[in-house]
This record gives sequence, C-alpha cells and structure tokens, in this order.
Amino acid sequence: MHELGVVFHIIDDLTEVGRENEIKKVHSVTIQLGEVSGVVPGYLTDAWKWAANRTELFKDSELIVENLPATTYCEDCKAEYETVKYGRTCPNCGSKKTYLLKGNEFMIKEISAT
Amino acid sequence: MDNVRVIEVKRSIFESNDLDADKLRKELKESKTFLLNLMSSPGSGKTTTLTRTIELLKDKYRIGVMEADIDSDVDAKTIAATGVKSIQLHTGGMCHLDADMTRQGIKELGVEDVDFAVLENVGNLVCPAEFDTGSTKNAMILSVPEGHDKPLKYPLMFSICDVVLINKIDVMPYFDFDLEKCKENILFRNPNAKIIPICAKTGEGMKEWADWLSAQIDLSIK
Repeated sequence: MHELGVVFHIIDDLTEVGRENEIKKVHSVTIQLGEVSGVVPGYLTDAWKWAANRTELFKDSELIVENLPATTYCEDCKAEYETVKYGRTCPNCGSKKTYLLKGNEFMIKEISAT
Repeated sequence: MDNVRVIEVKRSIFESNDLDADKLRKELKESKTFLLNLMSSPGSGKTTTLTRTIELLKDKYRIGVMEADIDSDVDAKTIAATGVKSIQLHTGGMCHLDADMTRQGIKELGVEDVDFAVLENVGNLVCPAEFDTGSTKNAMILSVPEGHDKPLKYPLMFSICDVVLINKIDVMPYFDFDLEKCKENILFRNPNAKIIPICAKTGEGMKEWADWLSAQIDLSIK
C-alpha cells in the first residue's frame, strides 16, 4: 500500500516535469533506491505497472530501479561499515553511537521520453 | 518518430511533499492555528487519548479534529460527541496522509475559528512517518502491550516525533514492558523527544501531557 502512494507521488512529480519539457510520452523512469529506504522494489514495480497504465503519459513505461548500498558511520572509531550486515552496532569496536551515512535515498534520477 | 530524450530529474521523491508541507505550516502559522499530527499503531488508544485531551483543553482553545481513516467514521462519531468540530477524512485505501490531503482536510474543517487542530493519522507506524503533513508538532502514542522494543523496530517514526506518549501504563504489571528500557530506546533514536507516560483511561499523566501541549500551542499561536 505504501508503494502505491509513493508511485502516485512519482507520477505527479513527473507529470509536472513532462509539462515543463513538453513531453508527449515517457518510455522509462529511473529511480535510485537506498537499501534501507523501506521500499520494496518488487512491490514498487508492480504498483508502477498498475498506476502508470491508467495515465496517457506513462502508459507501458518501464520503471528501472537502481539499488544503492547502505553504509553506517561509527562516531567512536570513525569506521564505515555495511548497514544491512551489521545493523546499528559497529562491528569494529562494538559502539552503538552510529548513524546512517547513506542508503536511505529515494530519488528520481532520470526519465527517457519523447 | 521523435528522438528519445533523457531528462535528468535528480529529485527526492519526498521533495515536493516536503515543500508543500512547509508551505502549509506557514499558512497555519499565519492563521494562528496549531496543528498536531497524532500517530500510532491501531489500537494504541489514539481516540481515547484525544477525547481526554479535548476535555482538558476545550475551555482554553477552540479545537477542531480531523479523523483520518481508510474507511468508516466510528472515530469521528466518538470525537463529535465531545462537542468539538470534527470531520472524517477517508484516505481511500492509502496508508498515510500527505501535505496535500492535510490541506484539503484543513479547508473542509475551516480554521478561522480553530486555535488547536488535530490530525488523527492512519493507525500505522511506517508510512505516516515518511510523509510530512505540514503539522506544527508530531506526536505519537506507544501503548504498553505493543512492547518496549518498538522504537528499535520503527526508528523513523520515533525520530520524527516531538513527543511520545506511553499509554496504558495501568496494565504494565501484566506485560513484560520495561519503561526505563523503552525511554532509553526512544532517546537513542531521538535525543530531543519528550516522553510522557500516561493512562488515558484513568487519567494518569494526562495533566502533564495537556500542560506540555498547551505550552507548545501558546508558543506557536501567540
């Protein structure tokens, strides 16, 4: 359900971009999705198919998902590590004083259109 | 056939909503209305807490409530019984409210005669946290039966809240709920969070909550 709401946001945003650039047809939309953004790529592409086909501009367009890995930073030992593998606790020094460096992204990168 | 063009967009998917939310926040400030976005999981006691809060504050402020639900109007009926202005927002299956839906609700509610507006968001700890509604302050309710580990499981929700109410503390003896551990878990995610243990049913802690809220409203609308 969350993915569908997000898809409506993408469509609204890109309809605006389409208007500004005088686009008639969108062929593909590339988005960048962080590993820990909480969005499930499979659900997202399913929701996209359904929602896009209800519009003229996005009908039959493809949603391309680029996954971005998540990295966490440790404030105590200054190490960077893989978030999904180790979670919040630093595998280097055991500190919990860590924060997410990247991996939370949810961006529209580009569209190909005519 | 026209040539296919690639257009760089490079925009966060939440950006347009974030901008819209900031705009709504400004509009509300100008109309001297404080908007509280109240979030929680289903069954944590949002409507009961809200009913008690209204009783404590309705002589001081002109209150308006927007009840967001996927369907039904049971909550709106309960709130209407308290005598304050209330409307029901149906999200049509959507799991959260965004700034635009909130603006439509605000329009329907009418804020010219409202100092303190409440948006009772859809019961859900994930999606409402992602979409800024344009509220002045975010509050969430975590109830004892849900467990003290929830701040670790739903970090975003806890990190965006200005205040966390820990509800149903009267049943604490029957659950493995560690209040200190819970506070620690919340502050770990959000060091600035105000935490108030309450029981909406018995009224325990409700004065502290009403006082905190009242101070926030006065700061914002005066």
